[in-house]
Amino acid sequence: MIETNKNYIRQNIAIKRLDGRTYKDFRKLSVETNLIEKAEGSALVTLGETKVLVGVKMDLGTPFPDSGDVGILMTNAERSPIASPEFESGPPNDDTIELARVVDRGIRESGCIDFHKLCIKEGEKVWMVFVDISILNNDGNLFDAAAAGAISALLTAKIPKLNDNGTVNRSEYDGALVVTDLPIMVTTALINGVMVVDPTADEEEVIEGRVHVTSIEAGICAMQKSGSCEFTEEQIMTAIDNSIAMGKELRKQLKKK
Amino acid sequence: MSGAKRPKEYEKLIVKGKRCDGRKIDELRPLTIKVGVIKRANGSAYVELGKTKVYAAVYGPKELHPRRLVEDDKAVLSVKYSMLAFSVNDRARPGPNRRSTEISKVVKHALEPVIFLEEFPQLNIELIVDIIQADAGTRTAAVIAGSVALANAGIPMKGLVSACAAGKVDGEILLDLNAPEDNFGDSDLPIAMTSTDKKITLMQLDGVMTKAEIQKAIILIRKGNDYIISKQIEALKGVYQ
Repeated sequence: MIETNKNYIRQNIAIKRLDGRTYKDFRKLSVETNLIEKAEGSALVTLGETKVLVGVKMDLGTPFPDSGDVGILMTNAERSPIASPEFESGPPNDDTIELARVVDRGIRESGCIDFHKLCIKEGEKVWMVFVDISILNNDGNLFDAAAAGAISALLTAKIPKLNDNGTVNRSEYDGALVVTDLPIMVTTALINGVMVVDPTADEEEVIEGRVHVTSIEAGICAMQKSGSCEFTEEQIMTAIDNSIAMGKELRKQLKKK
Repeated sequence: MSGAKRPKEYEKLIVKGKRCDGRKIDELRPLTIKVGVIKRANGSAYVELGKTKVYAAVYGPKELHPRRLVEDDKAVLSVKYSMLAFSVNDRARPGPNRRSTEISKVVKHALEPVIFLEEFPQLNIELIVDIIQADAGTRTAAVIAGSVALANAGIPMKGLVSACAAGKVDGEILLDLNAPEDNFGDSDLPIAMTSTDKKITLMQLDGVMTKAEIQKAIILIRKGNDYIISKQIEALKGVYQ
């Protein structure tokens, strides 16, 4: 982006953003589910122009040695070059790893999935839940879109049936994956001293740092400060307040589905 | 974090206001900081926080490779955090993994705000942190050691960075979780702060807390960080006196 545009965003951020929103407005988020029949669960999230597709696959695996009685959640993200000229193919870089891990943390720490229920035989066999996040179009705030996609896909996920010989039968299902809460991530970015909700790709070119806050009904379940800047405690609290307020609205919206 | 099965000895992690290692709820583990412990490096530090033991070394400012990563207007700080194979109960596979990649990134972001990177355009400042024993709080120990090592290397900085965590365990907010509290508690909130104006440069949360509990935890963390900064300054002064 040219320097004058960057300066324009910085100078006007407190009054008006390029797309007409105020610093407190979240773009319209919509979710389409179950569009990948071959996946156990799937969701396509559209947040403004950002599009993120999330698929859930389930497979059998051996549990970790220190937790033999719980299933395994694996969250992975990919920034395919399809979504932006800035994305390159190849192994995930640190931004992509951070995206996957922060989404993972929100789901895991919310306690919305009882992983004990995904144990088939203690110490030997458990269900592994793979959440794969694929970015289709990047217009900023991939974190919130990916998190909404992950929980929406999990909400639609079904558990494949086990054959008598212990193999997976993907043509029949053994009920739904039980999801008891709705963790919602809301990102607030710092631009020129203003805490701005849901940054676009243009705005992400000038942000100094971000605070990702994931909330559930009972409180906050995951946070991450990202970017090389400093935040005051007050700014962090603003990000928390944004997440609580927006989380309430989005939970209502996603529950209706 | 939550839901892990507790062994008998950790069924109650707080008994009459005392924690399983005898600390009070707002007490840090014993902290030792040594400076200049790796002679080949431009700056280095050793930090011991309870049983967590960490070495940090700084090389540079030096040429940056590969050249395409060069920034024309400032130096690039690169951080490499790793846990040695024998630092944990089950052997850790050497080499980078997703966890260490993320921690390297947040530690870099925790330290960059205090460094005058613009003093060394096109150059590289390299910080390597090796966790020789992990017993909860390795990322905060990495920030403490990294900031002291940078100062020891003579990198111009507007201040130091200190870090410690607080978390919710059995309904109480505790400062500086040890391994059992981290494993069997409800949440963990590590925060790094600058020494000059106490702004937040690293923050992560794992586990459920209300906003009020987070605010309470930050009060404890501020107190912890004030003490840590005094120890960092004392250790640095010791070298030059």
